[in-house]
Amino acid sequence: MLRVTGLSCVRGGVPVLSDISFVVAPGEVLILRGPNGIGKTTLLRTLAGLQPALSGEIGHPEDQGAYTSHADGIKAALTVTENLSFWADVHGVTRVSSILQEALLAFDLADLRDRLGGTLSAGQKRRLGLARLAVIGRKVLFLDEPTVSLDRFSVKLFADWLRDQHLAQGGCAVIATHIDLGLEAPELDLTPFKSALDASGGSDEAFL
Amino acid sequence: MSIWEYANPTKFMGWTAPVMRAAFWLAGLCLAVGLIWGFFFTPDDFRQGSTVKIIYLHVPAALMAINAWIMMLAASLIWVVRRHHVSALAARAAAPVGLVMTLIALFTGGIWGQPMWGTYWAWDPRLTSFLILFLFYLGYIALWEAIEDPDTAADLTSVLCMIGSVFAILSRYAVNFWNQGLHQGASLSLDKEENVADVFWIPLLVCISGFVLLFIALVLMRTRTEIRARRMRALQARAQRA
Amino acid sequence: MIALLLRDLRLAVRAGGGFGLGLAFFLIVVVLVPFGVGPETELLSRIAPGILWVASLLAALLSLDRIFALDFEDGSLALLATSPLPMEGVALIKATAHWITTGLPLTIAAPILGFLLSLAPEAYVYLLVSLLLGTPALSMIGTFGAALTVGLRRGGLLLSLLVLPLYVPTLIFGAEAVRRGADGLDPTGALMLLGGITAGTVALLPFATAAVLRINLR
Repeated sequence: MLRVTGLSCVRGGVPVLSDISFVVAPGEVLILRGPNGIGKTTLLRTLAGLQPALSGEIGHPEDQGAYTSHADGIKAALTVTENLSFWADVHGVTRVSSILQEALLAFDLADLRDRLGGTLSAGQKRRLGLARLAVIGRKVLFLDEPTVSLDRFSVKLFADWLRDQHLAQGGCAVIATHIDLGLEAPELDLTPFKSALDASGGSDEAFL
Repeated sequence: MSIWEYANPTKFMGWTAPVMRAAFWLAGLCLAVGLIWGFFFTPDDFRQGSTVKIIYLHVPAALMAINAWIMMLAASLIWVVRRHHVSALAARAAAPVGLVMTLIALFTGGIWGQPMWGTYWAWDPRLTSFLILFLFYLGYIALWEAIEDPDTAADLTSVLCMIGSVFAILSRYAVNFWNQGLHQGASLSLDKEENVADVFWIPLLVCISGFVLLFIALVLMRTRTEIRARRMRALQARAQRA
Repeated sequence: MIALLLRDLRLAVRAGGGFGLGLAFFLIVVVLVPFGVGPETELLSRIAPGILWVASLLAALLSLDRIFALDFEDGSLALLATSPLPMEGVALIKATAHWITTGLPLTIAAPILGFLLSLAPEAYVYLLVSLLLGTPALSMIGTFGAALTVGLRRGGLLLSLLVLPLYVPTLIFGAEAVRRGADGLDPTGALMLLGGITAGTVALLPFATAAVLRINLR
């Protein structure tokens, strides 16, 4: 479902990761590991198409990628339901109300449905941000530290949704995380892929 | 070997050093000859008296103010299409030179305008267009300064330069529509007999060549500085990673 | 696309300042001018077209930096970039939302403020038509400027510096149309050119805006 071959990524014009290849099949998760600053976020943003890759290929079904990071895109002046239904509408989802219902239940947001985004706690906001993934119906998820500021109960909610809903329906995910999600998933340590100091392709290259 | 290889920073530094020196010397020579000839060895105009001699500064500066923008537009297009770093840096280097040329044209125009029209400034289409051009230069330079990442800055300023060019032409047209103006028509055109007499024309051409050469020399010098600064940045970044 | 437009309008209404602020600014500028230039009706009536146009231009400028900045900060813009909406469409919708929250109210309020400045009676219809034709261009150009400065910390001032020179042709044709209307001349030429600018900017600037947004999201 997601096939990456020989991918190299740049951050701020400097190559950070070189020659990464992996395959994620439907129903599978790939966990990215590696110390801070190794380039997990850069890799995920490159996979999601937010920044161009230096070289290599990323293959996944068109219009199936979704990305989340610490910035959830939650509007303080909209209610929980309004926030979610906006993203569902943008993604052209049909049967919005029933999907919304399921997502609110899965992330334990049903009691908060009419609260304004601005009044949510950090963990509740995070759950709302993750619930967005449940309403937009995308199959290939790129998740950057999805469990930041979640308590253990919420982490389990998220892991359950991922396993029982998303993966069970043939989706897949690439997740950068430091904690154990309780999923059986292969891990990819990015340390060996760190670009050499003299790796080519940086924007400063012509000047060295 | 294609012509683009001369745009490699190292090669560029190599071949521009002698070219820049030659351009400086030639510019000095042309300006000295042209200005002395123009100021002291041309007759006074029968209507405008000696004030007309300011054209030896005013016309070349005004020409270069516009040409600098056109050069920036060309360099921006080259950056967008071929992504030669030197091209983006050259556009950046040309902007302040163009800005100063615009200012010279505005000031000399004011000094010339006072005895002719009785005012330093009038909202005449040509004057107003130059004032707008001045604002475009300011915005362009400010955008370059505001963005930290050099490639992002090059991309964004290129887009601004292209869109700005369209709007600059629109403004020129709009300003004409808005006020018919006092300014005399073009002093230079292919059928020169109609405009400026030969005695004024030849020293003016020398002065214009001088300004063109000076522009080339200044832009080369500034581009070389930009390349050195960029190289320093690149080396520092590499040292930090090591 | 409609969802994005509705969301932006809803946010403008709820977060406050969307509709009201630009209008209040417009009113204040128009009220301040007579204090500055004196109360003679004749003078005011002569400068009214220019004042009304300059004031609506400044009022439109006031809210430009909010077009993308909030969405950029909270991550919505990156999420929109990965959504099925084309960036060009996002740019166009953002400009439309800005026009509905500022340009349209200004256009409706301008004739009322025209009374304060004793605008010539013949000019009212041209004031309305010129603003209706011209303010979409102001919003579209402003959206382009907002996209250019979206990633910058002190983007507000720079935004004005970049956008104001681009506003010159729109301002000239817009104010000229009203002035000619007030003088009893034929303003059709100016209005046509104004409409041309609006059509051109709305057709082409979304592409430039989208390109700039993609660069800024990298």
